[in-house]
Amino acid sequence: MSGTEFVPLSLTPLLIGIFSAVACALPGNFLVLRRQALIGDAISHVVLPGIVVAFLVTGVVAAAPMLLGAAAAAVLSVAMIEAIRRLGGIEPGAAMGLTFTTLFAAGVLLLEQSDTSGVHLDVEHALYGNLESLIWLDAIGWQSLVDPSALAELPVELFRVSMALIGVCAFLWVFWRPLVLSTFDEGFARTLGLRTGSVGLALVIVAAVAAVAAFDAVGSIIVIAMFICPPAAARLMTNRLNIQLGWSVVFAVLSAVLGYVFAGFGPLWFGFDNAVSAAGMIATVSGVILGLAALFGPCRKRLGAPAI
Amino acid sequence: MSLELAANDGVIPTEHALAQSPLALRGMTVSYGQTPVVFSVDMTVTEGAMTAIIGPNGAGKSTLLKAALGIVTPLAGQVSVFGRPLASERHRIAYVPQRASVDWDFPTRVIDVVLMGLYRELGLLRRIRGQHRAKAMACLERVGMVDFADRQIGQLSGGQQQRVFLARALAQEADLYLLDEPFAGVDAATEKAIIDVLKSLKQDGKTIVAVHHDLATVADYFDRVFLINTRKIAEGTVAEAFTPENLDRTYGGRLATGQIDQLDLVAV
Repeated sequence: MSGTEFVPLSLTPLLIGIFSAVACALPGNFLVLRRQALIGDAISHVVLPGIVVAFLVTGVVAAAPMLLGAAAAAVLSVAMIEAIRRLGGIEPGAAMGLTFTTLFAAGVLLLEQSDTSGVHLDVEHALYGNLESLIWLDAIGWQSLVDPSALAELPVELFRVSMALIGVCAFLWVFWRPLVLSTFDEGFARTLGLRTGSVGLALVIVAAVAAVAAFDAVGSIIVIAMFICPPAAARLMTNRLNIQLGWSVVFAVLSAVLGYVFAGFGPLWFGFDNAVSAAGMIATVSGVILGLAALFGPCRKRLGAPAI
Repeated sequence: MSLELAANDGVIPTEHALAQSPLALRGMTVSYGQTPVVFSVDMTVTEGAMTAIIGPNGAGKSTLLKAALGIVTPLAGQVSVFGRPLASERHRIAYVPQRASVDWDFPTRVIDVVLMGLYRELGLLRRIRGQHRAKAMACLERVGMVDFADRQIGQLSGGQQQRVFLARALAQEADLYLLDEPFAGVDAATEKAIIDVLKSLKQDGKTIVAVHHDLATVADYFDRVFLINTRKIAEGTVAEAFTPENLDRTYGGRLATGQIDQLDLVAV
């Protein structure tokens, strides 16, 4: 494929897919180790009612209010999960399951009952996103990368997921030690004076921001898959956390690139006419990578299973 | 008036000697849900001594330590550390949690766990340098675990895990060491290694408090005991407080008389 075709049609969706995948996979490492990986699932489901409510309140399909609505819903769901977990005295997984099914159902109900048929707001869009449509029409080839007028027309989603990725990286870099300490040994971390509750909450909020930014561009399927599959596969490759994060980035990028290529060209290789959903294919590839890591990864054995 | 001033400083209004105790608890009450686990407990740890916290399962031994450290929030009660509020004296405390309280499958190495003890020095972003690594290795040396520095923690036996936790506490270079069941489920060699380290800490003037299960070794290992069963039963030197009557009250008659008789011999 030449630059004149690749740059306008494939470069931006590919970059958005990669950045979204990495932005979700990085905090996913900590969520998986904290047995909170389902929170990605919860966040991406409650984003739907958030967006619908934002639309009902403002009456327009505009990015800013919808992202705000989604972020508010994500934070609300985190609070709900904590409240259910503490007041009910039940395990976090159950609290998450309860929260996201209830709020997602409420979102679907709202969507059906309200007059949103005329606007581009539907459940399918929420699930699969719209990766293939995030093209860069003003680009005419590689030279457009240095052309200010063309760059100004880059899809705004690319800007948003880049900011989310930078935010995630900055958070992990600055708070690496508190995150590791409070994930590995919360009691000890507290004796050092660390506010482990705030650290955990900050992690979930950062994950929520990444999820909302990615959700807008690529849909909830990728978000859910990326919070879990690359970090879980990476854990099977190494016994050191910093190296694990490196592997998770590699797997996230690999999933995004292979998924995008397979979705666009895979069906043609088998003689079908139409391409398939890139989001679905990216999520599938990440699952296949996890499966391969589970079968062949060097660190599959659970060494430190509780000794008692 | 002087009492008021003292209270304003966060110092417990009591006589001078008590206020200087490495760890003084007053009216500590902790509950999980409706049931109090620790009820109105006073404790005054003696500086430079090794104190065993003793009591049956579920008596609130670990919870008392956790409340003293602010890991769990007490319903009521005051903590003073070297006569000052806990928050300002955290750097003088080292803590060894129960081994089973963490996931040993966590992707980290022995040396990294010991370096966690240097968090106060390193803060958020300071780079780990040769001097920090050397200090961590010296701590591993004291517990006989130097050869395991690069192992993943999941590859260790229970006793080795406990030694790594002790090495991390040593890296904290504290004055008060609080240990939660340091001898639980460890091999004899590890038990010996741990008690040797604790005794050398004591010789350096450090104060040690440990939740302890094995009544047979109390008199050998410790100077003082603190008996608890939700409420405080007794506190004092082994000779004063580790008596058959107190043990009977602590364990509510759950210890066989023969067991207590044997212990009595050891204690006296």
